[in-house]
Amino acid sequence: MIYGGDIITPILMGIMLGGLYALIALGLSLVFGVMRLINLAHGDFVVMGSYIGYALMRNFGIDPILGLIISIPVMFVLGFFIQKYLMGRAFAIASEIPLIIAFGISLIIQNAHQIIWTPLSRALNTPYSHMSFHIGERQFPVSYLLDFVAGILIMLFLRWFLKRTYLGMAITAASQDKRVAQLMGINTGRVYGYAFAIAMVSAAIAGVFLGMTFPFTPTSGISFLTIAFGTVVIGGLGSMLGTFIGGIILGVVQTIGGYLFGPASQMLLVYIIVLVILAIRPQGLFGK
Amino acid sequence: MHKIDNEVMLKIEHIDVFHGTFQALWDVSIEVRKGEMLALIGANTSGKTTLLDTISGLLHPARGRIEFQGVDISRMDPYEIVSLGITQVPEGRCIFPEMTVIDNLVIGSYCGAARKRKDENLKKVFEHFPKLKERQKQVAKTLSGGEQQMLAIGRGLMSDPKLMLIDEMSLGLAPIVIDEIFKALKSIKEKGITILFVEQNVKRTLQEAERAYILENGRVALSGTTEELREEDKVKKAYFGVEVCET
Ligand SMILES: Nc1ncnc2c1ncn2[C@@H]1O[C@H](COP(=O)(O)OP(=O)(O)O)[C@@H](O)[C@H]1O
Ligand SMILES: [Mg+2]
Repeated sequence: MIYGGDIITPILMGIMLGGLYALIALGLSLVFGVMRLINLAHGDFVVMGSYIGYALMRNFGIDPILGLIISIPVMFVLGFFIQKYLMGRAFAIASEIPLIIAFGISLIIQNAHQIIWTPLSRALNTPYSHMSFHIGERQFPVSYLLDFVAGILIMLFLRWFLKRTYLGMAITAASQDKRVAQLMGINTGRVYGYAFAIAMVSAAIAGVFLGMTFPFTPTSGISFLTIAFGTVVIGGLGSMLGTFIGGIILGVVQTIGGYLFGPASQMLLVYIIVLVILAIRPQGLFGK
Repeated sequence: MHKIDNEVMLKIEHIDVFHGTFQALWDVSIEVRKGEMLALIGANTSGKTTLLDTISGLLHPARGRIEFQGVDISRMDPYEIVSLGITQVPEGRCIFPEMTVIDNLVIGSYCGAARKRKDENLKKVFEHFPKLKERQKQVAKTLSGGEQQMLAIGRGLMSDPKLMLIDEMSLGLAPIVIDEIFKALKSIKEKGITILFVEQNVKRTLQEAERAYILENGRVALSGTTEELREEDKVKKAYFGVEVCET
């Protein structure tokens, strides 16, 4: 990204972009918070969401945001069964096995995407995502605004869901103390399934907004996993609000880095900040 | 003293329970009668928690069976057992420290039918423990030890239990607080909930319960009504420090 003019523009861009980063990271944060699993396939699930949106748009002319009506249930069911039949069983053997399985899933998804979509880069081009809007004199792509709004809405929804619904409270309880959750009559196996399913749904949503903002390829998942990691390290794993603020910080640091040092090294400043936070506050700025 | 209904509610028959390869319970048989307040007494590591966890379905017996109201529950999962009406108030309270008091209580009503009776049960809990009502908006970790124990019991009540298992509730609490909680348990019992509670303090427990089982190294060493047990030489000797003359 190249910005002309003052530093306010990159800051505003960064805040909006941060909404997308938060959206990408929420599912990673949720799964870690509940199951203590670093889901290495999360970035690929996000890209899968982008490709589903792409397929629906290209083959049936469905708007990618509308297409979520189809992809959300698909990803929900897929997530539930991945947890129930793969991760859940693997956890019963040893806690590091699910990590390896997640890595395997990541490779399978990447290769499936290569076969189906070729390594060419794709994008979700809609009539509105390339329009621009103004804040004062400054002009921004509409897709960035959508990223920010979606990030806030999904974060608020997840916060409400985890605090105010029985299933959400059960997920929270199981993440805090599995044994006691079981004693409360919570079927923890099923609750883990739902948590994974919800993380997949958030990945599907993230994928659509990602695809409207940046082009993607079958291997893009890795870079978005990295961004999600950074977001979660800054914000703290397991906290939805923390993850959101982490995303904003990461977005702003990246765009300011680009503004100061040029686009080639914009991520450098991000990684330095991530390392510094890991060193002085490994639980993240908002983690407990 | 209330008349004890003699119907057996929970029947544990000759169970052996293992933690991995370590056998913690040996041929344990226990009966809990409907409406009673039954105590399980035993020193540290005698297997009390293991027994409660086996009833709750966190552990399964290698041999023997557990029957609750005529249903074999020895292979069931914990959530199935809770929905049948057995709740456990775990050792060390184990409330959710970051959640509010009210949320801790609500999570107790997670299981099936209890959700529909949430408001009704909440009212009952607040009748038994008025302090919880005052503090319902507080984060649970800010409660005192005694209040946390009340919350743990209240949370158990929210599942609408028929049988309540309570593990070492008096641990670390002042005698006056223990009195208060025992008083609440009595009124919970009056409402028709059967109580099986676990304690290390023999003297106190024999005052509060109607019947008791004494567990030693994973086996039932003695059982009977508390009057009988108080007179039992072995109990006097082992727990009250009274020298009994052998004649
Ligand atoms: N998870 C476990 N793994 C191995 N051994 C255990 C485990 N839990 C308890 N034990 C052992 O089982 C025995 C009974 O423990 P427990 O039921 O906790 O006793 P109590 O509740 O009476 O103090 C003890 O010897 C204890 O060391
Ligand atoms: Mg114990």
